[in-house]
Amino acid sequence: MATKQTRWAALLAALALLFSACGDGEGGGGESSAASAACEVGQVDGDLALYNWAEYIDPEQLDAFGQEFGIGATMTEYDSNEAMLPVVSAGNSGYDVIIPSDYMVGIMIDGEFIQPLNFDAIPNASNISDDFANPSYDPNQSHSVPYQWGYTGLAVDTAVVGTDFPRTWDLVFGDSVPADAAGKVTLLNDPRETMGAALKALGYSLNTTDDAQLDEARNLVSGSKENVLRFDTDSADELLTSGESAIAHGYSGDMFTQFLETDDPSRYVFFVPEEGGTRWIDNMAIPFDAPHPCTAHTFINWLLDAEQGAALSNWNYYGTPNKAAIDLLDDELNEFLTDPSVLPGGLSSVESIADTGDFETNYTDAFTEAVG
Amino acid sequence: MTGITEPRGMTKASLRGISWLVYVFFYAPILVLIIFSFSDNRNVGVWGGFTTSWYADFAQDSKLTGALSNSLQIAVVATLISVVLGTMAALALERFSFRGKQVFDALLYLPVIIPDVTMAVMLLLFFTQAAKWFGFSKGFSTIALSHIAFCISFVSIVVRARLAGMDDKLEEAAMDLYASRWQAFRYVTLPLIMPGILGGALLAMTLSLDDVVITQFVTGAGWSTLPVYVFSLIRKGVTPLINAVSVVMLVASMVLVALSLLTQRLRGDDPA
Repeated sequence: MATKQTRWAALLAALALLFSACGDGEGGGGESSAASAACEVGQVDGDLALYNWAEYIDPEQLDAFGQEFGIGATMTEYDSNEAMLPVVSAGNSGYDVIIPSDYMVGIMIDGEFIQPLNFDAIPNASNISDDFANPSYDPNQSHSVPYQWGYTGLAVDTAVVGTDFPRTWDLVFGDSVPADAAGKVTLLNDPRETMGAALKALGYSLNTTDDAQLDEARNLVSGSKENVLRFDTDSADELLTSGESAIAHGYSGDMFTQFLETDDPSRYVFFVPEEGGTRWIDNMAIPFDAPHPCTAHTFINWLLDAEQGAALSNWNYYGTPNKAAIDLLDDELNEFLTDPSVLPGGLSSVESIADTGDFETNYTDAFTEAVG
Repeated sequence: MTGITEPRGMTKASLRGISWLVYVFFYAPILVLIIFSFSDNRNVGVWGGFTTSWYADFAQDSKLTGALSNSLQIAVVATLISVVLGTMAALALERFSFRGKQVFDALLYLPVIIPDVTMAVMLLLFFTQAAKWFGFSKGFSTIALSHIAFCISFVSIVVRARLAGMDDKLEEAAMDLYASRWQAFRYVTLPLIMPGILGGALLAMTLSLDDVVITQFVTGAGWSTLPVYVFSLIRKGVTPLINAVSVVMLVASMVLVALSLLTQRLRGDDPA
């Protein structure tokens, strides 16, 4: 989700590519990434090595996969897309399936670090909801399938703010912040998310590469600072439920799980403001030199099954892109995912954060200046 | 103690005050960490009554205990090997002059100076190539080798400092009394530099247990050390479980330090 390290990671990846290209002239990455693997449905060719974010799948579900197909299944964890990229791009990582976020899929396709998927071996891809078909970072949906998703929006403590408030970004930006919430707003400590929120509030795209629009957004953020308690990503959810903040900018999954930890979850609401916000999508992909590509395809197909997709979401409480799984979700999760008041602006109001290349530093600079 | 007079009055009081402040600054966060590891509330920073359930969770979490066991294995292997190699390097550099000594000396400092992430990328690329040519898989061996690589430098620096302060005449005297080279080393030099070696070993062990950046790059499928795993957990929010893990690590390293102090003291009391 964080993008400030992207340039570093891109540099490292480029270096890695350069060195591995020097290392051997013939064979190597390019060849295997040209065509998708020839695998049958349900075929396995070795143990599964999954490279995933921590606590993103129930270890028992992973074991169940191994038992069903008579192979071993292990998971190794990374903490950011930028930590995962250099390891996979250098080659010989040993991983069969990785879970890159939206913009990282784009970077990895460009670098040929992930291989095209063989959809003949993934018949369950038909379970993917149309909302997630052909995303901007993988326009032909050739290299990735969605794993889980969530929104970035606002969480409000109704015991402080009441229930009668506009579901817009005015809650945190500008002069119309509710008096009860003055000085009790947290915004994410993330250039793309917080500048993106301000851009959305102004009616622009959160992937803009227009300096004038970004300047306006910067002024909006810096002009709203007196109401901001803190710019915080890691504990925004905890600050809200402990009463230190009243309105928190944050991720839907984190907020939702945090609400359920409290005695009275109905006291809190989460929504994406009308003007729009971020929708992030984490994806399943196969590294270019995965040692067991058929096991990888089988695993992806297995997770896209209705029951397995529901089990995944019921454990990590993030949204499922699997339309067949929706009916099998826990009631409270299902309610949250299908509640129209969570997304008053409709699906067209949300965007995924895209890699803006060299413009990325403008976001970081604008954010640094705004936070000042 | 003739040259320096002890500060008095205001100077002494303010120096004492500052020293205490420094200690508070060092240890207050650790105290808070320990206290909240017993808090019965998922949020770190909100006291929810006394509980030891986080420690029970830690003991039952196979991912965490597995990562801890990996960390310990790697730390032990890395420490043992780097102490032997580092001490040998220190002896060679301190005792003998040979061609290329200065180059070797400078190169030995390199892992201390270069940033972790640079070393991590170099090792990643190296192991990726090596894995291609020799067909081994990344995991225990690559992490252990990487840790040995940077620990050697630290060990040799500490041991050299001890060697430099040692009187050469003691070893010469031993040899005058017909001790062989090996006997002189075993019974005279080694006991004298032992505190340096132990210090180096402790440093190596700590560095190995702490390392995140390099380990994250060179680890292989299914392999994770405790700090790397904890770091990836933090992204999903800090719970007192992480405090509990930290307290266990803290106690373990304190026991380690206490043990090494104890062995040194016993050695010192030995009349021989």
